[in-house]
Amino acid sequence: MSARKLGAAIVGPGNIGTDLLMKLLRSDTIEVRAMVGVDPDSDGLARARALGVEASAGGVDWLLSQETLPDLVFEATSAQAHLANAPRYREAGITAIDLTPAAAGPYVCPPVNLDDLAAVPNLNMITCGGQATIPIVHAVSTVVPVAYAEIVASIASRSAGPGTRANIDEFTQTTARAIEQVGGAGRGKAIIILNPVDPPMIMRDTVFCAIPPDADTNAVAASVHRMVARVAAYVPGYTLRAEPQFDEPREAWNGWGRVAVFLEVRGNGDYLPPWAGNLDIMTAAAAQVGEQLARERAAA
Amino acid sequence: MTPKIRITDSTLRDGSHAMAHRFTEEQVRGVVHALDRAGVEVIEVSHGDGLGGSSFNYGFSLEDDVKLVAAAVDEATSAKIAVLLLPGLGTVEDLKLARDAGASVARIATHCTEADVSLQHFAAARQLGMETVGFLMLSHRIAPAALARQARIMADGGAQCVYVVDSAGALVLGEAQERISALVAELGSDAQVGFHGHQNLSLGIANSVLAAQNGATQIDGALCALGAGAGNAPTEVLAATFDRLGIPTGVNVQGVLAAAEDVVKPFLPRLPFADRSAITQGYAGVYSSFLLHAERAAERYGVPAHEILQRVGEAGYVGGQEDMIIDVALQLAAERDGAPPCSRARP
Repeated sequence: MSARKLGAAIVGPGNIGTDLLMKLLRSDTIEVRAMVGVDPDSDGLARARALGVEASAGGVDWLLSQETLPDLVFEATSAQAHLANAPRYREAGITAIDLTPAAAGPYVCPPVNLDDLAAVPNLNMITCGGQATIPIVHAVSTVVPVAYAEIVASIASRSAGPGTRANIDEFTQTTARAIEQVGGAGRGKAIIILNPVDPPMIMRDTVFCAIPPDADTNAVAASVHRMVARVAAYVPGYTLRAEPQFDEPREAWNGWGRVAVFLEVRGNGDYLPPWAGNLDIMTAAAAQVGEQLARERAAA
Repeated sequence: MTPKIRITDSTLRDGSHAMAHRFTEEQVRGVVHALDRAGVEVIEVSHGDGLGGSSFNYGFSLEDDVKLVAAAVDEATSAKIAVLLLPGLGTVEDLKLARDAGASVARIATHCTEADVSLQHFAAARQLGMETVGFLMLSHRIAPAALARQARIMADGGAQCVYVVDSAGALVLGEAQERISALVAELGSDAQVGFHGHQNLSLGIANSVLAAQNGATQIDGALCALGAGAGNAPTEVLAATFDRLGIPTGVNVQGVLAAAEDVVKPFLPRLPFADRSAITQGYAGVYSSFLLHAERAAERYGVPAHEILQRVGEAGYVGGQEDMIIDVALQLAAERDGAPPCSRARP
């Protein structure tokens, strides 16, 4: 296809912003026009320039004063910064893809609900654990009712930045809400574990879904496999560690049966190391959102 | 003059692991009543993995934590009721609910290298007017000086006491002593130091005595050793031993002996014991709470529990990663069967 590429800017030239830039530079549908920060000495801005992308330390003021505005902005700053920037993007007619915990717009998980949200001006990428696990919760809840779903995300300590550490409740609460709202579970719970082992552990995610005693386990397993393939299409290191495990109903489980799905998320190693699958899946999912929006707008 | 040691009894929290998190309100009331009458000043009540621990991954509580905390508060006449919280698992919201139910001591636990994830919770606990305790779990995994730096982070964040938590029961005498001394030297008068011992290598009491002799002023125990792995340092043995050493605890020895014998022993599902799996935990440095999960996975997948635990130790998994026990069991079963655990050929 040779339709016009969508123009994009990345705001926030940190590790996430840089990794996202490297992914988007490979895109057929998105052209990154600018990397925007606030610190003239930022390494991230220098890296963007070295990759041939215009970089400015003039912040969102600079971005919005340009003659040609981007169609999309990827925000990789902080929740606070995004809450301040979001109304300005909206006013300028720019669609925001928000990688911060701000959640100014609805939660998006590409293989689950992006089709319904293509016209929304601000999309929130939930959390790394959410991007890894909500597709699986959804895969189960489209086959059988899921009264309760729980996820455990284990990440390498070195991949947990100061923002995550200062407000770890934000991860558990946001992910739990999105398991319900996007994944389709009656009630959601999320757990995050930081593991300092060296060499660093590759991100692992476990999804437990309560399922009815008479659930068609073959249909559930098949749905999980299909979903893993869909996620792996944009996160190549997303794999099942084992076949979905089904356990018989137990009294201590409120009479529910259970399916357990064990996932590994190995990063693509674009800018961040492969063990930082938690960061890779965020940037890969954000890139996927941008690319799908670009395809839809080209088709419209 | 020998400083006083404050014993915190964790029968109703660490013991929750051994009870598969199925404590009844009646059991909680009975234990609190007996401990309170025996002069135990702090009694911890929570799911074994802390507030919010009720889950597929760790086991669902029979009764809601907050309900059990309220019952404990109602039963206690002078003892304070403590709750445990693991950031990443429980939240400040959970802490507020426990505070509303009358809990007055917040014990915030992190892996021994991750103290900075607790700052949000210490700040909230102090704001709620709670006494605060920091828990550095699996303390054997890092050197004393590094552990002391993590303790400093907690103390600066609002912890009034920081514990060396021997979650794997892996510290051998001098190793416990060195860690306590390092924390005491680092924290000085900024915060107290505590010790939480397990019996996997049967050193819970000996390590606790060394801790007390080296400046720790808070020590954990559990009646009948009821706790994860081979159990905790038994509260009744701590009380008797400290009494013989002339270290004041304020606990009535006959009172806790009666609490153990008459209240807890009758409802024990099994006596905590250093069997092959529990010793493997102490020896390989594996989180004690993994024991029952490994036994269940062993039964489900037909692989030995001690091999699962050995593998879990080698992988360096930390508290909270109970899901990895199933993962390891699946890998062991696949190795046994000579087939990959996930056939990628599936359509």
